[in-house]
Amino acid sequence: MAVSINKNGQKIWAVRDRNAQLTRWFVYFVTVAVIMYCWQTISEATTWFFVLDAPRIAGDIGGRAMPPKWSYINELWKPLWDTINIATIGTVLSLIIAVPVAFMAARNTTPHQKLCRAPALLIIVSSRSINSLIWALLLVAIIGPGIFAGTIAIALRSIGFCAKLLYEAIEEIDEKQVEAITATGASRWQVMAYAIVPQIMPSFAGISVFRWDINIRESTVLGLVGAGGIGLQMQSSLNVLAWPQVSLILLVIFAAVILSEMVSAKVRAAII
Amino acid sequence: MLHLNKLTKQYATGDMALKSVELEIPKGQVVALIGPSGAGKSTLIRCINRLVEPTSGSVILNGKELTKLGSGALRQARRRMGMIFQEYALVERLTVMENVLSGRLGYVGFWRSFLRKYPQSDVDEAFRLLERVGLDHMADKRADELSGGQRQRVGIARALIQDPELLLVDEPTASLDPKTSRQIMRLICELCAERNLAAIINIHDVALAQMFVQRVIGLRFGEVVYDGPPDQLKPDILTEIYGEEDWEATIEAIDEDDEAEQGAVA
Repeated sequence: MAVSINKNGQKIWAVRDRNAQLTRWFVYFVTVAVIMYCWQTISEATTWFFVLDAPRIAGDIGGRAMPPKWSYINELWKPLWDTINIATIGTVLSLIIAVPVAFMAARNTTPHQKLCRAPALLIIVSSRSINSLIWALLLVAIIGPGIFAGTIAIALRSIGFCAKLLYEAIEEIDEKQVEAITATGASRWQVMAYAIVPQIMPSFAGISVFRWDINIRESTVLGLVGAGGIGLQMQSSLNVLAWPQVSLILLVIFAAVILSEMVSAKVRAAII
Repeated sequence: MLHLNKLTKQYATGDMALKSVELEIPKGQVVALIGPSGAGKSTLIRCINRLVEPTSGSVILNGKELTKLGSGALRQARRRMGMIFQEYALVERLTVMENVLSGRLGYVGFWRSFLRKYPQSDVDEAFRLLERVGLDHMADKRADELSGGQRQRVGIARALIQDPELLLVDEPTASLDPKTSRQIMRLICELCAERNLAAIINIHDVALAQMFVQRVIGLRFGEVVYDGPPDQLKPDILTEIYGEEDWEATIEAIDEDDEAEQGAVA
């Protein structure tokens, strides 16, 4: 905010003073220049012939994919069930670890700033920095292909996500309720159970179903690297260019995701 | 019963919230603590049950020095000090009954409290107290469904079920309308008289304090500047506590209120 006085002695107010405004224009200019430079680089690295050809190819594949091969559905029930299980069990496993990690990471509940909070934050960051597909690749190599590797991959990826959101919720609680319960002579664990847990329950429920919802979508691709689920069928259908099967799989995934969205919306509404 | 000896609190920021406060409160006495915002009223009552750690000095409750207690002994000592808060500080998502029973947390083990398996005697007492504060039909409601006055009644029941000897009351009426404020103050004072409890009540409303308590303590910049009966609070003393202002209106208002009140009772 800048207040200045003009020559008539009138007070002038503007959101920014002159220097701040010039800096702002300079930043805009640099941003546009960077975008144009990047565009040029990308353009040079692109074979424009293929791009121009794209609509025709897409139309061609779309044509081959229609109609979906409905009879193939019978081979999809089992992998679909696997996918849902990978997501559900993975989410539950991750929550079992994420809850204590979140309590250790939250400033107001951590037993020790250095000995507990730092390792908890490290767990959160390392879990979040690796995508579940990469976790799955690693785990397929370590414990072999299959549903188990997929479940663990989903769980490992979700720990950081759930713990981060949960510890933020813990840090935002109303401290007065904690103070009131502490004043009754309650122990540390009782304060947690009575003053903190009720306050974070809605967030906990929301985070769990939200992550479960994301995990349904993530687990559909884990099969691509051999970690079980419907992605495996997707991979083999793509390999043999069986487009009608691919379109059916996409439809099934679409239906599963819509269903999971509906369930999570219902659960959230019920708990809050 | 309660004795504060040279109680001093200096916050990490360097602010001296309490400067060597000396105070003696006998059993069953209800004391109002008045003073401007920032005078150290909240700090004073929080130093007594050590929600805020005093920097130096001592708090002696029934001959027991509270400032030196370890965490287990401190929790036992806290059971005998009920606390009532400005914005009620109920656990909003728990029921009225759970909130009242949470006053027993210092007496029951973790798993019993976690599973809500309180001894029947505690449940009986909770129902008795809810009836006493006029909320027996609300036991199963969630705390966030109640009105301000009702919440404060739950807060009072939670403090009393601790079976305290001392009530620490922090601005009990600051969030309430004038009528409810009086009802709440009257309820607190009646309950103190019934159970022979001592109480320290932080309060902004001087007139309200004068109406109900036996003794008033004025705090300014962390020091006791007045300690005496409510009717001795003259304009010059209020000026010393709060600073220059026309106090005649405040004090006259009390007299009229008092008469109106007595008229209504009669």
